[in-house]
Amino acid sequence: MTKEIQEVKDVVIRFAGDSGDGMQLTGMQFTNTTAVLGNDFSTLPDYPAEIRAPAGSLPGVSAYQINFSSRDIRTPGDAPDVLVAMNPAALKTNLKDLKDGGMLIVNEDAFSETNLKKAGYAENPLGDRSLSKYEVYKIPITTLNANALKETPLSKKEAERCKNFYALGLMFWLYDRPYDVTISWIHDKFSKKPDVAQANELALKAGFHYGETAEIFRKHFRIPKAKLKPGVYRNITGNEATALGFVAASKLAGKPLFLASYPITPASDILHELSRHKNFGVQTLQMEDEIAAAGAALGASFAGGLGLTTTSGPGLALKSETINLAVMTELPLVIVDVQRGGPSTGLPTKTEQADLLQSLFGRNSESPVAVVAPATPSECFTMAIEAFRIAVTYMTPVIYLSDGYLANGSEPWLIPEPENLSPIAIKHPTDRTTFRPYARDERTLSRPWAIPGTPGLEHRIGGIEKANVTGNVSYDPANHDLMCRLRAEKIARIADDLPPLSIFGKPSGEVLVVGWGGTYGAITSAVEDLQKEGHEVSSVHLRYLNPLPKDLKEILSRFETIVVPELNLGQLSLLLRAKYLVDAHSLNKLQGQPFKVGEIIAGVKRFMTTKEVRQWPPNPTTRQAQPR
Amino acid sequence: MAPESNDPASPAALTRKDFVSDQEVRWCPGCGDYAILAQVQKVLADLKLPRENYVFISGIGCSSRLPYYVNTYGFHTIHGRAPAIATGVKTYRPDLSVWVVTGDGDGLSIGGNHLMHALRRNVDLKILLFNNKIYGLTKGQYSPTSELGKKTKSTPAGSIDYPLHPLSFAVAVGATFIARSIDSDTNHLAWTLEQAGRHKGSAFVEIFQNCVIFNDDAFKDATDRSVRPDHTVLLEHGKPLIFGKEKNKGVRMKGFGFEAVDLGGNITEKDILVHDAKNPDPSYAFLLANMELPELPVPVGVFRSIEKPTYESMLHAQIAKAKQSQGEGDLRKILFDTETWSVTA
Ligand SMILES: Cc1ncc(C[n+]2csc(CCOP(=O)(O)OP(=O)(O)O)c2C)c(N)n1
Ligand code: SF4
Repeated sequence: MTKEIQEVKDVVIRFAGDSGDGMQLTGMQFTNTTAVLGNDFSTLPDYPAEIRAPAGSLPGVSAYQINFSSRDIRTPGDAPDVLVAMNPAALKTNLKDLKDGGMLIVNEDAFSETNLKKAGYAENPLGDRSLSKYEVYKIPITTLNANALKETPLSKKEAERCKNFYALGLMFWLYDRPYDVTISWIHDKFSKKPDVAQANELALKAGFHYGETAEIFRKHFRIPKAKLKPGVYRNITGNEATALGFVAASKLAGKPLFLASYPITPASDILHELSRHKNFGVQTLQMEDEIAAAGAALGASFAGGLGLTTTSGPGLALKSETINLAVMTELPLVIVDVQRGGPSTGLPTKTEQADLLQSLFGRNSESPVAVVAPATPSECFTMAIEAFRIAVTYMTPVIYLSDGYLANGSEPWLIPEPENLSPIAIKHPTDRTTFRPYARDERTLSRPWAIPGTPGLEHRIGGIEKANVTGNVSYDPANHDLMCRLRAEKIARIADDLPPLSIFGKPSGEVLVVGWGGTYGAITSAVEDLQKEGHEVSSVHLRYLNPLPKDLKEILSRFETIVVPELNLGQLSLLLRAKYLVDAHSLNKLQGQPFKVGEIIAGVKRFMTTKEVRQWPPNPTTRQAQPR
Repeated sequence: MAPESNDPASPAALTRKDFVSDQEVRWCPGCGDYAILAQVQKVLADLKLPRENYVFISGIGCSSRLPYYVNTYGFHTIHGRAPAIATGVKTYRPDLSVWVVTGDGDGLSIGGNHLMHALRRNVDLKILLFNNKIYGLTKGQYSPTSELGKKTKSTPAGSIDYPLHPLSFAVAVGATFIARSIDSDTNHLAWTLEQAGRHKGSAFVEIFQNCVIFNDDAFKDATDRSVRPDHTVLLEHGKPLIFGKEKNKGVRMKGFGFEAVDLGGNITEKDILVHDAKNPDPSYAFLLANMELPELPVPVGVFRSIEKPTYESMLHAQIAKAKQSQGEGDLRKILFDTETWSVTA
């Protein structure tokens, strides 16, 4: 008996379970298949900082959300339509997000007395009426999975570990996706453990067939392909795209990439990914700390390489001394900061975008550096190339601000043809008659990148102030003044090379929403919805934070109200206020989570309906009214 | 700094003068750094590499100004970080001869971590630690090598930090070349620097350096010409540890350590320890590194010189192997070689 198929436009599913349950893996497999089917999608992994928090505990819950659609989407979705909860703790922590009337699939077996207690339930929620507003499916996944794997040589415990694939199989059936992509992945992954591979395959298929045959689901769903731009696509996370962008930059510059890094969440995956590409000549060094990592990368830059160092907020703090040395010596260096929540260790696995001011100002003295920020996971690829293009063209450190949301989130990516990427031009001087270490290019003000091993160009650089042109140590007051201004002017001139901003919506009107970094998707979707409601709202998104694009000032002047949503307490708006003397209003959230589209819509509306001048900084009561 | 106008000669014809930069040397008159600079410049000529292939990297301190005075490529960096920066230079460009200049404060205090890791990785760096047992540039505070009880501006009642032995530290972290010399002993210093320069791997050289201003005569007990023969012992591979003006003293094993003895009577040269710089067991080098006056003479020379693959050679071997097995990196391949799907118009 085949069941009825209903066509729907988009669905948000959240898989939630214990961190030992393999929820991230389940989510990623569902995503890969969804990608291959040609839906548009966006994902949001959310996992605890503890590798294994006590099993069944509330802090141990790991979740993975995917929004997939036949339409163009930009966010992982505000609220799940479907919640798969593998245990009571997962239900407890995630239920509040489920849409009213949403589908709730629970592993009934996991609702034991001990698990309920660990999750703080006095009563079993599956037995009372607390879930009545949802469409609840209680499925004994553990038992069903164990039965399916009876014949395998796996121990009971090993077999139980396959239950996430059982759940995945069920979800594949429910959303009409084939399981073969995952099956070939399983055999690849467990090629050395054929028993485990076979068991996972069995679990996956059993889950799928359970959906088809069991008398609980009356129908299942189909989401047609999205109408995306023609081309070849793949699924990509921000961290992968960042790493591949740097490999591409190295190809485009015709120079080996040199990465020195120190592991830190959520940046480590860039180090992992780049370490796999040694055949590109990529040199990856895991150094003793972030200071050493920045140092080694700068050493490689001095020696003529594409010096790169990757980290997250606390590591950026440690690198600041080296970044300043790069500022003084005017050497190219790319510093990736995958921002995470909070000062100090903060919320290591959660997202935030609060390192903007640190990037701009967090160093001693006048220390201008270029700052760029990708807006989407796939855009990390192009911005990584951009970072090196700016670094070598202007002989400057460039801080690349990604964030945990971009880093781990994924989306379909229209893969560019390598031939279509423009080369990065690099010149190393060789002429000893004209060479002066701090002579400057007329247009960019950059100094020549003369590298060790070049005969006749022997010279010394360092952190002590340099005389312009000769590069000799100089304590001359007027020279220092000149050099500070030159270094600032050099960074300002990068703006000459930046593309004009594109305005989403009308070029003038009531409200302009200004965003930067990973909030792009939520902002754009919110603005689109507001426009559909008939509001005069437009948005611009900044990929270049220092220098700011030249046309920004003029664009800001064309709108009555400026609203700046940020996952911080108003860092960009502070900058816009200071630089352009505009009354930029802040819309802030600091919960370790990305903005929901609805939060931005509600926030922008507040500024539309009340036109009185707002206080800066917002007082606590104003903040109360903001989305939480 | 502007490049020198003189044409680079063929490496074989370079002399010390070719390594003198146009910058005025600005150490205090009488500072031991001058003597070291002169020997460094001489040895660079003796090593006969092209001048442009030398790179000098330093941290911060009086000693760390040295790169400005050597007419090669140089990078005066930040306090303590030179070993890390040099690691990047040498790893990216293994063809360069990379020298690190550091002080006892720079290398062992703020930079102890980086020094440890550069040495244990066996990056092919020539690390010259100018030990003056004081902070010179910041005007005379005690350093990690200052003796217990040292009175300085920051320790008016005497330092309560136990001093660090730079060479024991180097042994402990697995340095493959360890040596000691003295600023004023020109020939010995040149010889030691040359050995370091020829070593394949990280070479660590402690140089006793006199700071005339803040710690004058700190090494007088060992280095003063009048006592030097009796208070130091020259380490030469394969030769016995015999010392003294009359060559009548020696060092021999006693239990788990060493003792100094007078030759003559029933103690003959046969009883004296024969120096083995190639001994793979670090405990021997450790005992040497801990020899101190007044019980034992202070050793100078090459304590240890063993062969081990260098960090950068292993890294580049991995790269070569990856290129061989996977082929030269193809961008198209890593972008497209994954689950992809096509969207048609
Ligand atoms: C981050 C930082 N901290 C402190 C200093 C100040 N400082 C400069 S040199 C120095 C100590 C140098 O002592 P040593 O390495 O023994 O060198 P010397 O001057 O004796 O040759 C200190 C503390 C600095 N430049 N940077
Ligand atoms: S303070 Fe000491 S170490 Fe520094 S230059 Fe003067 S004498 Fe030399």
